[in-house]
Amino acid sequence: MLALIGRYNYFLGGLFLVFLSGVMQPVLAAEPSSARQNELLALLKNDCGACHGLTLQGGMGPALLPETLSGKPDDFLVATILNGRKGTAMPPWQTFMTQDDALWLVHVLRKNKQ
Amino acid sequence: MFTTIARRLSPFFVKHQLNFKRPIKTLLPVLGFLLSFNVLAELRGTGDLGIVIEREAGAALIINTSQRTQLAKITNLGDLSHASVVFSRDQRYAFIFGRDGGLSKIDLLQDKLDKRIIQAGNSIGGAISQDGKLIAVSNYTPGGVKVFSSDTLELVADIPATYADGKLSKVVGLVDAPGQRFVFSLFDAGEIWTLDLKNPQNPLIEKFKNIGKLPYDALITPDGHYYIAGLFGESGLALLDLWNTQLGIKRILPDYVKSEEKLPVYKMPHLEGWAVADDYVFVPAIGKHEVLVLNKQNWTLVKAIPVPGQPVFVMARPDGRQVWVNFAMPDNHQLQVIDVKDLSLSKNLSPGKAVLHMEFTPRGEQVWVAVRDDNQVVIYDTETLQEITRLPAEKPNGIFFSARANKIGL
Repeated sequence: MLALIGRYNYFLGGLFLVFLSGVMQPVLAAEPSSARQNELLALLKNDCGACHGLTLQGGMGPALLPETLSGKPDDFLVATILNGRKGTAMPPWQTFMTQDDALWLVHVLRKNKQ
Repeated sequence: MFTTIARRLSPFFVKHQLNFKRPIKTLLPVLGFLLSFNVLAELRGTGDLGIVIEREAGAALIINTSQRTQLAKITNLGDLSHASVVFSRDQRYAFIFGRDGGLSKIDLLQDKLDKRIIQAGNSIGGAISQDGKLIAVSNYTPGGVKVFSSDTLELVADIPATYADGKLSKVVGLVDAPGQRFVFSLFDAGEIWTLDLKNPQNPLIEKFKNIGKLPYDALITPDGHYYIAGLFGESGLALLDLWNTQLGIKRILPDYVKSEEKLPVYKMPHLEGWAVADDYVFVPAIGKHEVLVLNKQNWTLVKAIPVPGQPVFVMARPDGRQVWVNFAMPDNHQLQVIDVKDLSLSKNLSPGKAVLHMEFTPRGEQVWVAVRDDNQVVIYDTETLQEITRLPAEKPNGIFFSARANKIGL
């Protein structure tokens, strides 16, 4: 019996740790599943690429290369993706992706090597 | 076949005392002759050829529009994520304008890349002059227009799109116009310029300012009379009468779409193409899911036709009886056909995933449709609206037929 409780506690403790890691590190949001990542990469290439270029060096929209994004914080870029930018051709993408998706894309762009 | 030719050629060998005991030396010229014979056997006209752009592969397929076959694939053409094509007036050469500033000259007779230059950092399209001797390219970086010899691709004129305090504007909506002119719009500056190159050493520029905010693309009517730029930054279009440029810019539908009711635009519409049919001009509304029908005489709105998404290309069949419309994502699996006779929708087609572009055969009995995500070009009979066939192409995003060679503005 004792042994059983011990095992149960261990399980609860594990659950708590998982919970804690979720609360303590909100920046490391849930990564999209690999299938979703592929969808997002296709969207980046096809739809973002329509204005920002296939190689993301810019077009009607600005370049999205690591060096052009380096001075801009994640929050700002995520908000730009989700809400668009008034007075420019950048539309809001929130109907097509979540905040986690947008953040993941920002990280992809920051690491993007040409 | 080979032996028959060889036998027929034997008097030639005898006459020229060819020595078959020295096979390599002797056979080389013979083989060369036979190969040249082969080339002659494949004589082709280029009037029914065309180019299909493969977006990600950076390649161009040379296709025969009558046989509906692929003849060749030309690779290493750079970033073709946005590409457009014009043709030399003899229809032998196709000039491809790539996103990365690449300008490639393709020989349709010999299935090969003739010349290629990188003329800018970022470009959007181009045009060929009335006399066919000049190629003009509209650039985003550095903002402006560069003009090249269509023969050698050597630079003839460099026109920076300077505005305000020396800033450079992105250039869009570049078309050729009668009188050896080009006309284009400055996206950031909100201006339309005409460029007269009768004397390429002394380009004459006329500027029209305050035409409206953020012109995103433009068209010229098939007769070369009117240049119309679509505006993204505010409602409506800007019209320039090229027969009466002293009249300046006339705004069309200035209050049509209010900014607060504007729907998001997930792909910029394109105005290039024949959107003129019967007495009407058909244009995509911006931020509203409608195709607008304008009266060509007084530029008033005749009708707003509701459609299922943000229109991208609104193209009239060459005879003007139908107008075909494709859409921005997420509605880009559809294709709508408008019957010009009564300005009604006649059919909604579903060619596949990501319908990006269409091109009519010269007299319009067929339309070829680029379906990017299905890796196909779908061909329709425009009379029955039935699918004829599908051709493979890797992520196709643009189809251009050589009949464009002889059309103003294409």
